[in-house]
Order: sequence, then structure tokens, then C-alpha cells
Amino acid sequence: MKFLMKSILQIIPVMFLISLIVFVLVHITGDPVSLMLPEDATEEDRIILTQALGLDQPIHIQYLHFMGGVLQGDFGESYRYNQDALPIVIERLPATFELAIASMIVAVIIAIPLGILSATQKNSFWDVFITGSAVLGKAMPNFWLGIMLILLVSVQWGVLPVSGRESFVHLILPAITLGTGIAAEMTRLIRSSMLEILGQDFVRTARSKGLIETIVIYKHAFRNALIPVVTIMALQTSTLIGGALITETVFSWPGMGQLLIQAVNARDMAIIQASVFVIALLVILSNLAADLVYRFLDPRIKYK
Amino acid sequence: MTTLGKTETSSLPASGRKSAGSGFASFTKALLKSKAGTIGLIIVLAVVLMAVFASVLSPFDPAKTNAIERLKPPVWLEGGSMKHPLGTDNLGRDVLSRIIYGSQISLLIGICAVAVAGAIGLVLGLISGYYGGFIDKLIMRTVDSFLAIPNILFMLVVLTVMGSGLGTLIFVLGVTNWVTYARMVRGEVLSIKERDFVRAARSVGAKDVRIILTHILPNIASSFIVISTLNVATTIILEASLSFLGLGVQPPTVSWGGMLSDGREYLATSWWVATFPGIAITITVLGIIFLGDWLRDTLDPRMKTNRAK
Repeated sequence: MKFLMKSILQIIPVMFLISLIVFVLVHITGDPVSLMLPEDATEEDRIILTQALGLDQPIHIQYLHFMGGVLQGDFGESYRYNQDALPIVIERLPATFELAIASMIVAVIIAIPLGILSATQKNSFWDVFITGSAVLGKAMPNFWLGIMLILLVSVQWGVLPVSGRESFVHLILPAITLGTGIAAEMTRLIRSSMLEILGQDFVRTARSKGLIETIVIYKHAFRNALIPVVTIMALQTSTLIGGALITETVFSWPGMGQLLIQAVNARDMAIIQASVFVIALLVILSNLAADLVYRFLDPRIKYK
Repeated sequence: MTTLGKTETSSLPASGRKSAGSGFASFTKALLKSKAGTIGLIIVLAVVLMAVFASVLSPFDPAKTNAIERLKPPVWLEGGSMKHPLGTDNLGRDVLSRIIYGSQISLLIGICAVAVAGAIGLVLGLISGYYGGFIDKLIMRTVDSFLAIPNILFMLVVLTVMGSGLGTLIFVLGVTNWVTYARMVRGEVLSIKERDFVRAARSVGAKDVRIILTHILPNIASSFIVISTLNVATTIILEASLSFLGLGVQPPTVSWGGMLSDGREYLATSWWVATFPGIAITITVLGIIFLGDWLRDTLDPRMKTNRAK
């Protein structure tokens, strides 16, 4: 409990720093007025907007206003939607979650068997093949894999839809695209984690008791090998969401990524700011969850 | 390999140079022994040569459009010719020439961005690890904040605000990646500064700057080189992603990510436009990863994975 409180309290300075980073980016390096106005705006328009946004005030007052808004969940109004930015961003969350979870499932289905096979048959043909494929998966840009899948599966074979989010079949290609990228990393992790566990004494004891190899591998080794894998994968939320942003663009998946890219092209700063905060908060919370799960899975870790 | 480790980590400023020749020889020998390392080196050298001699190697001007020869297929397909071995794109530009020129931007951005990231991360990591206290807390919380924002998202925001250009792109990629270095450097400094030779130096009155430069930096060098190499690979992919989203280098500068993005619209009829730049990225990144993994195993045996019997 004490640990939990401490972790939650640690989120505050991090979120504060993120707000500072966003503020510096938008208000100091950039010029919100010219970002928001069309290029043929008159000088008068500029002055009116500057005053309306409170940008004629000293910088620290501006920051206080900005922070005040952030604390109330007010990131300003999207000029394209004429509504508050936060609800628009939150509305897109389910689609992105759906893609992220489906990709994780794909990754787990690929990575667990391959990682175990690779570790139990170290230096065999399969091991070389699997580790080689994992490196290849890391080297391949994810969006390119997506495009190639569209080319092969949708264009050549005409099997799966190219884009959209109408039914389950629409999810297959994006989930495979993002999932294989994660699987590449996950396979490598499971392999090295399994190798480490397989070399430990309790595994030798289990084998010397005469247990059959399948039980040794799955009941003794794999369960323990999973602990670091779960933690490291949960810490990859940031990578997962980043990957989802691009995958969504490739497949026109109507999630946060698509919203964000459109906002970037239209320079809709309210949406961009709200997205950064929502995503950052998600990442921080999932890292916290990872920490808790880790402590639950491995009781040897004591709360400080 | 052990002698190599010693020459790498020794901090002898002048006398150590002498053995550099033989060190280099044994280094090359060790590299050629590893299959993946050799393949990696060959790929990386090939890409570097391609970038340096782009104007000699490429058959056409990469920006030259040709309305008559639009979307010509590669040589082995019907309608293809040796004139354009990898075909042409929607504006009749030669795909092969564009891939050759594209290597310049990938390498340039990859290397420069890593230099920026490395410099920021090294300085902040050193300060954080060496001095500790409030400044350490501040830097580490900043690292946490950066880690909570996905790279691509951070870059999108900065590029929207600052506008994209070569300089901005390098800056953005550098600023995004500094956290990796800061964390690594800090961790190493924390363990090195407690070691006897650092204490000894301090007890004879060596100044902080001297301790950092002559005792700590040389001991970080190998991890730093390994991470930087692998980081070039990550940066090339990130740059390609940004160009794909339309926020990377702007035309007429050729970039692999940009080519991919152009080719996407013609996927149904002309698959080669989007396929070849992707292959170019994959092979280049693969080469760098091979080289980086080998460097890690050689320079820094502590970082070696899969140590189990």
C-alpha cells in the first residue's frame, strides 16, 4: 500500500514536467497564433486572436492559465470540430485499444511458442531461423510491412479489406502488422529469459527427479521465465502506442493515431495537446501496473 | 578478445596509442571471425559507399521526371528494360537512382541525430550520475517524462510547431533519443565512481573534470559506441516513418520513407515503387544491427545476452 501511494505520488511531478514540455513546445518554440490562423490573415486578426488567447500576457501568467486548464481537463477547443478537444480524443480511445490489444494477442501467439522452441533447442536450425527472423522483424519498418501485407493479401489475393473498421476482418491485417513487430522483440526476450531459467538449479532438480521434459519446461521454467517478459512488455506501452499511431495511418483505422495525424496536418493544437496528455497518462499508468504485476508475480521483490 | 578489452578500457593517454595498430588488427580479425558481424560490416560499407558515390553510381538524376516512362516495371517483368532496372515511379523517375540517393539522407540523418542525442545524453547522464542529489532527481524525472511520450508522438508535435526541414529533423530525432544515453551513462557512472581508482584519484586531489575525463569517460566508451551504433538503426526507421507521414525531409530531397509514401498510392498497379525502398531500409538496418550486436559482444562482454549454459 505504501509502495502504491509512493508510485502514485511520483506520477505528479512527471505529469507536471510533461505539461511543461508541451507548454514550452507550443507556446515558446512555436507561435500559436500563426499556427491557428490561415496564411492570409490580417494583422488585426492576429492581434484579436493574441488577446483572445491571452498571449499578450507575461509568460508565467500564460503558463498558469495553461496549467489551470490542464488540471480541469480543458485543453482548449478544436477549431475543426468546434468542441472541447478532450472528449474528441477520448472518443477515439476504444479503436486504438482494440488495435493494441489485438496486436498484443498476435504477438503472444507468435512469440511464446517460438521463444520456447528457440531456447530449448539452442543453436539448432530452428533457433538460428527464429532468432534470424526476429532480427529481420526488428529491422523491417512496421508501416512497410503493413503496406506489403495490403499488397499481398488485399490487392493480389483480394482476401481481406484494405482499410476501415467495420467488422472483425478489418482488424486482422493491422493487428498482424503491429503484432509481428512486437513479437520480434518478445521472442528474443522469452528466449533469453528461458535460457537463463533453464540453467538454474531448480530446473536441474526437476529433471533429476525424473520429471518428463514437457513438465520441466512448461511448469517449472516457462512460468518463471514469464516474469521478466511480462514486465518488460508492459513497459513497452509507449512503443505499442507509437506503433499503433503509424499502423492506424496505413490502414485508415479510426483511432487516436489517425485523429492525431489529421490534427497535425491541420495544425489543430488543442487536439494535439490533449492527445499527448492522454497518451502520456496511459503510458505512466500502465508502467505503474507493470510494476505492481511484477511484485505480485515475484514475491521475492520486497516493497521498499 | 581479452587483450582487446584491455586496450579499449585503459585510460593511458599517450602510451596507449602505440598498441592501437595491433589493437585494430586484432579487432578486424575478431570481426571477420563472426559471420553476422562480417555481413553487417559488408552491408554498412556498401551503403556508405553508395551514399558517397551516389552521383557516379546512379544511372539517372533522381529528381528527373519523364512523362513518357511513367510507372515502368523492373527489368525482369514484362515491359521492363535494363534502362530502369528497378522500374520508374509515377513521375517517371528512376527507382534505382532514387534508392541510391536516398541512402545519403538516411545515413546523414541517422549519424547526425545520433551525435546530437549522444552529446545531450552523455553530458546530462554524467552530471546526473556524478553529482547526484537534486540535479540527478530533476534529470531523471525529465527522462521519465520523455519516456511517457511515444517517440513518434513527440516528434509529430515538434515538427508541427517548428516545421520540417533537415536541421529540425536532426534536432528532433536527437532530442527524442537522448534519454537512452542519459540512462545508460548515469548507470555506468554510478558504478564506476565508487571504484577504487576513482577514489584514489579523488584522494590525491584530482578535480571533478579530470576524474570525469580521464577515469570515467574511457570506461563508458565501449557501451556508448554500442548503443550509438544500434541507435543509428532505430533513427533510420524513425526518419522513414516521419517521411512516410509526410513530416520528414521535403521533396526534391530523396528519402526512402518519402518514396514509400509516394508508392503507396500506386500499390494496385505498380508494386515496385513502394517495395524497393522498404527493402533498402530493411537491409541497411539489418546490417547496422548485426554490426552493433557484434560490437556489443566484443567490446562489452558484460552486456552479452544469453549467458546461461
